[in-house]
Amino acid sequence: MKKTFGAAVAIGAMMLALTGCAQGGGGGGGTEEGPKDPSEIVVGFAQVGAESGWRTANTKDIQAAFEEAGIELKFSDAQQKQENQIKAIRSYIQQGVDVISFSPVVETGWDAVLKEAKDAGIPVVLTDRAVDSQDESLYVSFLGSDFVEEGKKAGEWLVEEYADSTDPVNIIQLEGTTGAAPAIDRAEGFAEVIADDEKFEVVASQTGDFTRAGGKQVTEALLKSNPDVDVIYAHNDDMGLGAIEAIEAAGMKPGEDIKIITVDAVKDGMQALADGKINFIVECSPLLGKQLVDIVKKVVAGEEVEKRIITEETTFTQEEAVEALPDRQY
Amino acid sequence: MRRLMAHRLFWPVAMLAVLLLINLIAFPGFFSVQIRDGHLFGSLIDILRNGSPTLMIAIGMTLVIATRGIDLSVGAICAISGAVACSIILGSSDPGNPGTVAVAVIAAIAISLVLGVWNGFLVSVLGIQPIIATLILMTAGRGVAMLITEGQILTVNSPPFKVLGSGFFAGLPVSVLIAAALFLFAVVLTRRTALGLMIEAVGINPEASRLAGVRSRGLLISVYVFTAFCAAIAGLVLTSNQTAADANNTGLFIELDAILAVVIGGTSLAGGRYSLFGTLIGALVIQTLVTTVYTVGIPPIATMVFKAAVVTAVCLLQSPRTTELIDSWHRRAQLRRTLEASA
Repeated sequence: MKKTFGAAVAIGAMMLALTGCAQGGGGGGGTEEGPKDPSEIVVGFAQVGAESGWRTANTKDIQAAFEEAGIELKFSDAQQKQENQIKAIRSYIQQGVDVISFSPVVETGWDAVLKEAKDAGIPVVLTDRAVDSQDESLYVSFLGSDFVEEGKKAGEWLVEEYADSTDPVNIIQLEGTTGAAPAIDRAEGFAEVIADDEKFEVVASQTGDFTRAGGKQVTEALLKSNPDVDVIYAHNDDMGLGAIEAIEAAGMKPGEDIKIITVDAVKDGMQALADGKINFIVECSPLLGKQLVDIVKKVVAGEEVEKRIITEETTFTQEEAVEALPDRQY
Repeated sequence: MRRLMAHRLFWPVAMLAVLLLINLIAFPGFFSVQIRDGHLFGSLIDILRNGSPTLMIAIGMTLVIATRGIDLSVGAICAISGAVACSIILGSSDPGNPGTVAVAVIAAIAISLVLGVWNGFLVSVLGIQPIIATLILMTAGRGVAMLITEGQILTVNSPPFKVLGSGFFAGLPVSVLIAAALFLFAVVLTRRTALGLMIEAVGINPEASRLAGVRSRGLLISVYVFTAFCAAIAGLVLTSNQTAADANNTGLFIELDAILAVVIGGTSLAGGRYSLFGTLIGALVIQTLVTTVYTVGIPPIATMVFKAAVVTAVCLLQSPRTTELIDSWHRRAQLRRTLEASA
């Protein structure tokens, strides 16, 4: 008896832990023809989760942009699970929203549910991450960063910084999670740009899994086996911040003895840039709410939208960071 | 030689030596330890420092496994303990005050102890299988940590807190000293008293040990509480080392590393006999393995395969069947020599 009770408690607790939050409320049908007032539009958005500061900023920006435009936004959090996201998309289809938008947790396995949306006549807009599907007609547009371009921007700054020097430049690369699209593309873009000049050499390249602890541990070890390194290129700010700690522990000055380039421009990274510990950051902006609202309006009005829309992004030097930091939202 | 090879820690120690040798070949300065800024600096020091959180958790895990249990929730407890400490430090008006940090550390440990009592209660009072009981906290715990940090990575800038993970005392990393203290505490407590024997007894046969007068219920709860304590300290060291509480990644998969360290150290998952010294070697093997990947420059896509190959080799060499084979090969060789000598 005791055992059964215990098991029941355990199962109950597990179910609490495992089930995602359900989507609330019904919505009006919206399949009738004709141009619509923004207040009549209903959009369903299935977010990945709240796994990082970047993602939270992304969520807040999208919610704020839709509220400002007066468009009703139904929002769901998939807690990094594809099945939750598929469930959310199905419920949006049943509710008959006008547009469905989501950031796919993973690249594959979307064909079936996207076909259902297509059959129901609901256009789908992808944000931030792409899906890997043969059939491009399953979504109308993909709004997100161009990771290859980000890598190129990082490389271009480096080429310019060392334009007058003929000495060899030794680079350590801190890669993102092995196999993740941003990690592959940021490495590719960077390698493409620096390949033109033989003085640049990537002496070591290891994954730091996009985390601070990973960046720190990899840098510690690599600094010892490659003491004459000049530049560290990290695929995100967090790994760059870890590298700073490792460089300081080795008795060197980050930003001076070893130059650091990162991608993302989250607040902690920008602070380090303003403090002179990072030399250059390529922005990967989570603030795509406004652009998403524009796409939704065009799609509902029946206008053509581009299949691939790139987020408006910039880069930051140390001086620009000092200026931008006070208004940084994330 | 044969007696040395028969020792159950022979293969783990040999593997550790081989890994260190590979590092030395790939990077001749690997063993050099210098004094920089008044503290020791070198690859070996890094291995000790980065391996210390895994070792701390593995110490507790060894005792849990000796009782025929397992604790999957340690990684989540790390995340919670780091999240609690960082949010208290950030919430205070003076993050650099040692008093604030002390309060934060004590609160983090206290909450973790409660979680340990919860695990122990589920296992010993309700009789739920340990793997299921601790799975609850493993899945839910990270969610709790997320709630505490509100989904953000909390960066703390507090010099006294930073000492835990990156500081030095008398030239040695503080985290290594903490791990050493925990290790000595566990060794003295369980090997200088009858406690270790009772833990093994519960692991071998809970019913028999109960009939023999061992109060297994209290013992089990204490073992899970001790493991949670170890996890809390490890979580604080990890968080301090990266100067931020990251609910998603702090201590992620550390439970698996800790279990692996225990297993490499020769403690059986079936419970009973355990070896804390074995666990120490196991934790060092795992950390040296990670460092080897970086020093030798193994490409990231091949990293997992490389690690798996090394761990598989240790397990194969340690297995009773392999020991038998080596034994019989030795005996045959000896017999041949005797025969040749007499012929």
